[in-house]
Amino acid sequence: MSEKKYIDIEFSQLDSERMRLFMGPQHPSTHGVLQLEVELDGEIVTDLIPHIGYLHRCFEKHAENMTYPQIIPYIDRLDYISSMNNELPYVMGLEKMLDIQVSEKVEYIRVIFSELNRIANHQIAIATFGLDSGAFTPFLYYFRDREMILTIFEKASGGRLLYNYFWVGGLAADVHPTFKEDITEAIRIIRDTNAEILNLLLKNKIFIDRTANVGILPADIAISYGVTGPILRASGIPLDLRKAEPYSIYERFDFDIPVGNGEVGTVGDCWDRNIVRFREMEESCKIIEQALKTFPSQGDVRENVPKRIRLPKGEIYCKAENPKGELGFYIISDGKDKPERVKVRAPSFVNLSALPEMSRGYMFADLVMILGSVDIVLGEVDR
Amino acid sequence: MGLLNRLNDPIGLDGIIFGTVEDLLNWGRSKSDWYLQFGLACCAIEFMAVNASHFDMMRYGCIPRSSPRQADFVIISGTVTLKMADRLKRVYEQMAEPKYVIAMGSCANSGGPYWEHGYHVLKGVDRILPVDVYVPGCPPRPEALQEGLILLQKKIRMEEIFRKRKRLAEEDLANQMNYK
Repeated sequence: MSEKKYIDIEFSQLDSERMRLFMGPQHPSTHGVLQLEVELDGEIVTDLIPHIGYLHRCFEKHAENMTYPQIIPYIDRLDYISSMNNELPYVMGLEKMLDIQVSEKVEYIRVIFSELNRIANHQIAIATFGLDSGAFTPFLYYFRDREMILTIFEKASGGRLLYNYFWVGGLAADVHPTFKEDITEAIRIIRDTNAEILNLLLKNKIFIDRTANVGILPADIAISYGVTGPILRASGIPLDLRKAEPYSIYERFDFDIPVGNGEVGTVGDCWDRNIVRFREMEESCKIIEQALKTFPSQGDVRENVPKRIRLPKGEIYCKAENPKGELGFYIISDGKDKPERVKVRAPSFVNLSALPEMSRGYMFADLVMILGSVDIVLGEVDR
Repeated sequence: MGLLNRLNDPIGLDGIIFGTVEDLLNWGRSKSDWYLQFGLACCAIEFMAVNASHFDMMRYGCIPRSSPRQADFVIISGTVTLKMADRLKRVYEQMAEPKYVIAMGSCANSGGPYWEHGYHVLKGVDRILPVDVYVPGCPPRPEALQEGLILLQKKIRMEEIFRKRKRLAEEDLANQMNYK
């Protein structure tokens, strides 16, 4: 009689043949034209290489050939979901170099419009994340509300998506007469919808099962990659440039910095990143309400706009808190009316570099969720 | 309502309609044109807005498809770079005939703001694909894209299938005769 032999096999140490799979650039959930080269062990992601450059639109080359005000439309097209936020650090940097003091009214309008655009950006971020996870309704609800914000922008600047509204030393045009009422009404409806979305999407059992404990980014790794914005705050670090290094008139307003605390899973998972964005919308509403209370309605928004901009020799790095993280412009001037170089520190690009760390060891189906929770815009990644 | 009016024909033909097969095919094609869900750049956000609740593209019979093999037309929504142009052409070649292209926005039409110094931008998508409808704007308003969509549907309704086949055969014949 033969004896039965029991052999101990550790299945986790069995190495199978790795498969390399290309995802994108034509893929409905890569949020644009991004190609991911994924190395798979069965269905588990072992390595990931993002291939970028499918939307490289030569921003720096354009910046070298344009005068300073002419660059602003190209800055709009970097992160095309939050154009108002993009323009802010650029014009602030130029104003600092030219030593221009802008009026109170201009500062207030800039803060109000930046925060409104932050809400619009987070609405798209959560809406498309819902689409990735299979929830179509939040997409429809959020896009319905977003139209209201876009209408306010359109009344003020003339553009729905790309504005060219913040000029050096002022604004392109004054706000429309019904500005305050429009925004008050918009905020009321945004809050109503958010209350609905919280129960519909974020506290949904299916959604929590899909996103909790997925794509965890620990705080130390996030810092070592230079990650900023909601992703860093979801990992538990309350760094927000509006509080840490206040610019414009942000120090006058009272608001909190929402951080992820692992309510349903672990700190820094996909659910935390979304709830941070969700709570930031409420904080933005608070800032806008406070700003509307003390809004100075008198004054000319174009009185300090210089006729011709010629920067002194020198260089400046100016940064601001974009909805996606720290957006900075490093401007080198050689005394002409065109910059010698404009370098962009793009938050999406830096955040994307942490994607391999986030997705290693998770299932391939979760990769779509992790990529969606990073909220990248390829216009800013590739520039 | 043309069809229903013909059904209420006073002659009393009991629901018999006179028309060409071409009309029927074109009518069917123009009212259910599925498009490839493919966003490239800024225009893709406006394109999403057209899909969403406020403008609601589905009421035209357009349903987003993720695979080019199921799509009737593609909306080139944004800047096409040289790196992307190669992929875009390959995606277009995977689509089944008859297929149509809408170029949305200045970048897809002509290179737009990136025309002068954009060393990596394709100056107009019509250099690689046959474009049917151009929608101007940077980005175009959603209403403009809807207008473009209606124009495309008109174009599909005027499509000639059998007549074209007949004509082409004659032309081919003539060409062959010339070669000899």
